Amino acid sequence: MFLFCMLRVDEWTDVDRKRVMNDIITTMFNKKFMEELFKPQELYSKKALRTVYDRLAHASIMRLNQASMDKLYDLMTMAFKYQVLLCPRPKDILLVTFNHLDAIKDFIRDSPNILNQVDETFRQLIDMYSCLSAGEFQLIRQTLLIFFQDMHIRVSIFLKDKVQNSNGRFVLPISGPVPWGTEVPGLIRMFNCNGDEVKRVEFTNGGNYISPQREGSFDLYGDRVLKLGTNMYSVSRPVETHMSGASKTLASHTKENAAPNPLAKEELNFLARLMGGLEIKKPNGSEPGFRLNLFTTDEEEEHAALTRPEELSYKVINIQATQDQQQNEELARIMGEFEVTDQPRQSTSKGDDLLAMMDEL
Amino acid sequence: AERPAEEQQLGAVQQPERAAPARQAAHLLRRRARQHRQPGQRLGRRAQRLPPPAAGQGGRPGGQRLHRHPAQAVFARGIAAASGRFICVGTSSGLVLVFDIPSKGTNITLSEVLQEHHDSITDIASEVGENPDGAADLVTADDSGALCVWRSKEEFSLLTKISAFGWTCSSVKLWNGVIAAGYGNGQIRLYEATSGALRATVSAHARWIYALDLAPLTGKLLSGAEDSYVQIWKLSRSPDTGDIEIEHCHSECVTDTQLCGARFCDPEGNSFAATGYDLSEIVRYGQV
Repeated sequence: MFLFCMLRVDEWTDVDRKRVMNDIITTMFNKKFMEELFKPQELYSKKALRTVYDRLAHASIMRLNQASMDKLYDLMTMAFKYQVLLCPRPKDILLVTFNHLDAIKDFIRDSPNILNQVDETFRQLIDMYSCLSAGEFQLIRQTLLIFFQDMHIRVSIFLKDKVQNSNGRFVLPISGPVPWGTEVPGLIRMFNCNGDEVKRVEFTNGGNYISPQREGSFDLYGDRVLKLGTNMYSVSRPVETHMSGASKTLASHTKENAAPNPLAKEELNFLARLMGGLEIKKPNGSEPGFRLNLFTTDEEEEHAALTRPEELSYKVINIQATQDQQQNEELARIMGEFEVTDQPRQSTSKGDDLLAMMDEL
Repeated sequence: AERPAEEQQLGAVQQPERAAPARQAAHLLRRRARQHRQPGQRLGRRAQRLPPPAAGQGGRPGGQRLHRHPAQAVFARGIAAASGRFICVGTSSGLVLVFDIPSKGTNITLSEVLQEHHDSITDIASEVGENPDGAADLVTADDSGALCVWRSKEEFSLLTKISAFGWTCSSVKLWNGVIAAGYGNGQIRLYEATSGALRATVSAHARWIYALDLAPLTGKLLSGAEDSYVQIWKLSRSPDTGDIEIEHCHSECVTDTQLCGARFCDPEGNSFAATGYDLSEIVRYGQV
């Protein structure tokens, strides 16, 4: 989601984009980080997730200020909620994940090292999740849905596509193909005590469903069939798609309510272990390397930050890097791996920056 | 001043008894987990490793189990009162705990543990209609789609087992010896309780069925699913052939809502209520 947004920033060159993309994807798929994620555990709290997101976003030389970060996070959250909610079968959340990974692999197709990392993660996902039962997938899906409960932030692209109502709730279609393994509703069959069919009756169920064509592939490569999880910005729309449109609805819409998490202390400890040693890259000089502004002008961005409703703010956790490092050496070592090895260029001229970057590619 | 000896003794005895059923149950779950724990495996505070479901169990796509078993959550799901005396509770390991509720007092004890399911229990139902002696009075359903039919006297005995066909049985009801089961693929199935024979299949919904309810005085059945529909049906038994019949009565769409709960509001089934994910309201429908 996050990566799709970045592709649309016009002021950046392809080189910049590629650089930032590579950095973020490399960090995201860092081996140790993935190992931690794959351990069976409870869902992160909202604060914890937001913190992870912030750290990931700043793992490259890109910068976002608070307002843009908030907006991006809202977009990501609502898009993911939409995908999980609309999964036809519980197992389809895995197909959605595979769609995400397919898109990521496309971004980094020219970098074999990172590609390997992503493929490795792909294989681990297939190993761990392919043979879960429908009931277990539904439990995972329900847990995710509880996380997103009561979030009704309106997203301009969803409103335009009519997949979201003006009250922030998603539209549930009552037509189209039924999920793989489900029959089109409308038939009653009755059997006698010997098992012979003795009666067949049809009824109208109210919807307008058809049979599905084929099942999506759960292999490393294949047609997923399901469209949920693919790049929602890939379709061009007649009206302008700058995300500034959403800022107006954001300020006026105040339905979210982040409940306090009683296990916060435990989670923070875990998160600290996970990311305690991670340092946010401080760009040298007064001007950051690359800054992403999701609004049309800087003034609009500042205004959005000021007028953002209190209920929608995510309290970012500040982790005491040195303290936690002392607590656990092993994790400090892991966090060392979390850094991107490249340092941002320090020259003042933009032209020099790009030349230098091109030399490295 | 010392308390009289009798009072002291009573005080000492009462507390452990009150905690007994919960402690017994927890002890049982932990014992099962410990039997299957690999050495050196750390258990999280709430997650315990429980025995994996038997290989080859119907309803598990792919067949092969991982050599690396992920830790599983421990939870209770499914509850029903049986024979006016017991409360049965389903658990994530597949065990069904049967608690004996005395007519007076608070001395609840764990009377037995039913161990026929290998997957997490999804729902339990007791007979809500007529119940001739020797007939089934409890049905338990699990994640794999398997159903167990029980009779209770002093103890529970298994009458029959209905095997899964590949989908989770999310909800189950029992009425006049007819089992109504709702599945994750949107299908409703009716079975003869004593024999386990399949008597009807209904392609009722386009998504996961979450709720079933039965109105005992009329045999009306209600189903609610993630496709946002509540469907009302009528169950009956043909007097000549003894065949179980089901007909469709009514459809109701709760727009843009994935239903997770639905119930009749009266024993004849003239009104019902439903609610769903992200909905902070209960919507009620009545016949006009």
